[in-house]
Amino acid sequence: MSNTSRRTRSLGALVSVAALALVAACGSSGSSGNANPGSQGFTPPDIPMQKSLGAKEGQVNILAWPGYAEDGSNDPKVDWVTPFEKQTGCKANVKYFGTSDEAVNLMKTGDYDVVSASGDASLRLVASGDVAPVNTSLIKDYSQIEPFLKDRAWNSVNGQMYGVPHGWGANLLMYRTDDVQPAPTSWGAVFTGASQYKGKVTAYDSPIYIADAALYLMRIQHSLGIKNPYALDQKQLDAAVSLLKEQRQNISEYWSDYLKEVQAFKTGDSVIGTTWEVIKQVAAGEKVPVKAILPKEGSTGWSDTWMISSKAQHPNCAYAWMSYITEPKPQAEVAQYFGEAPANGQACKITGAAFCKAYHVTDKSFADKIWYWTTPISQCLDGRTATQCTDYGDWTQAWTEIKG
Amino acid sequence: MLWLGVAYLAALGALFVTSLWAQNDFTGEIERVWTFDNFRQLWDFPVYRTIAFRTIGIAALVTAIDALLAFPIALYMAKVASPRVRRLMVIAVLMPLWASYLVKAYAWRGMFSEGGLIDWLGSPFGLHSPGYGLAATTITLAYLWLPYMILPIFAGLERVPDSLFEASGDLGAGSFTTIRRVVLPMAFPAVVAGSIFTFSLSLGDYIAVTIVGGAGQLIGTVVYANVGSANNLPFAAAFATVPVVVMLIYLAAVRRTGALENL
Repeated sequence: MSNTSRRTRSLGALVSVAALALVAACGSSGSSGNANPGSQGFTPPDIPMQKSLGAKEGQVNILAWPGYAEDGSNDPKVDWVTPFEKQTGCKANVKYFGTSDEAVNLMKTGDYDVVSASGDASLRLVASGDVAPVNTSLIKDYSQIEPFLKDRAWNSVNGQMYGVPHGWGANLLMYRTDDVQPAPTSWGAVFTGASQYKGKVTAYDSPIYIADAALYLMRIQHSLGIKNPYALDQKQLDAAVSLLKEQRQNISEYWSDYLKEVQAFKTGDSVIGTTWEVIKQVAAGEKVPVKAILPKEGSTGWSDTWMISSKAQHPNCAYAWMSYITEPKPQAEVAQYFGEAPANGQACKITGAAFCKAYHVTDKSFADKIWYWTTPISQCLDGRTATQCTDYGDWTQAWTEIKG
Repeated sequence: MLWLGVAYLAALGALFVTSLWAQNDFTGEIERVWTFDNFRQLWDFPVYRTIAFRTIGIAALVTAIDALLAFPIALYMAKVASPRVRRLMVIAVLMPLWASYLVKAYAWRGMFSEGGLIDWLGSPFGLHSPGYGLAATTITLAYLWLPYMILPIFAGLERVPDSLFEASGDLGAGSFTTIRRVVLPMAFPAVVAGSIFTFSLSLGDYIAVTIVGGAGQLIGTVVYANVGSANNLPFAAAFATVPVVVMLIYLAAVRRTGALENL
């Protein structure tokens, strides 16, 4: 009997030791969370900015969207990492991530020096103290970056840049030309008009997709008073949610894996829905009769920023990377491979004018029609101070309810 | 024994501890304050209840389908087939387990797709593929877990002495009556053992439903979304305790029937 109870007790002790170890292991990253942007506005933790460059450390750990740091292993012709290594003597260790939330998770480990963050990740990284301000005077070609990408809400706080703009693009409306007639011109085709393609509509599987519905409501339902699709109060969020719940009846499936979307369009299980330029290219390459348009309401989109970790172990090589990847030549290579507009307009001299026209690289008015992914916070991003907006947590919750 | 304790109980303990923490919605930092908010949220939002019941319903349906399909197959294997045929059938049942789970799930995705195999087979009869959704998920899961039901029933039936069949026949029972009154009660513990596999595997599955489930959500996908995209580990842990509790209740219920002792 005493034997049994001793065993039980040692087992209990074991469990609590394991739990404690877990607490200790995670505890190190939690110290910077004194700012609470949810309710008190948004004050980033005080993290020093690098003043000057020192000796390079010999390597750099890069966290990037797929296609942003190619070293020739996917396609021998696509390689801008090897020249970087030769030029700087920094060995590049690249890790790709699939979603913004995954990027935020991985940055918390402190194992990565730089990250290509979209707007729905960047502010969260700033607020949690996982990234440091960037000294733009240490970036060689910063002056060539298009001015309309600098000092924006998703890459700077209080006038301080937290990264170097990399490239941007719009979420488009893709449809099969043989099944969808007449050709759509409005997002209405996947919202109010979606029942026409019942069971064949697709949408992006992320809470951030709520902004697409909000953008549509902003144009057609003025009484709601939406000024910015990322700044929704409870009433506006409810309206977007009910629109998406209506859409849900007609959804075949949501996508987050881009190859799955290509396949669904190929078989005809999806005939209309939101997409990225690179997906359209892949689908068209597989002889699927698809077209992708920027609907008249404008669109949501991404604008990516290279950010440096506050815990970077190789800060000088990290700066060398941020400096290199925003030079015209690598910019041109990334943009052409991934299918987006490069942040450095000088890249157009290498890609040729036709490419830059297709992606509206220096076209500010086109860029202004895009509402870039931004993390919704309770402090309204459209400047309203009297109301509280819904934050990303509310959106995540709402997204689960929409999917049902 | 010690390792078993560390690997299983510590993991479950960590799961439960995590479920009592909170998360900062914006930065995604885990806040180590003790709270029941995650469980309250599970209870307060009807959508989670719907998802939980849907998952349990699908797991039960998969189990029932598998039991119905597996019983005749196992009976044939154990009592009717010649030793040679029996060996071939055991191999045939085991073979799908050698192939990757993902390959099988994607194969079903191809079959359910527009113009896929099911559409093609059904079109002469005016039938259509159900498309991606809960029906497709149920069928795929039933296919995936079928061997886990066949094998225990087969092993259980093999132990039923042939003489009982003869005795039953001598006492005037037809073959149907023999199965109902002699074989089924003796095979019941084996069916229960199989059902534990199929039920618990279906309860936790999230891969098949992302591949063929269309827009549908189960407990597994919600947990996955909360770990992977929402980065809300505490809430994921809270929801993940639901299948654990369901399984505990199920096992307790099974124990009451005495099925576990006869294994």
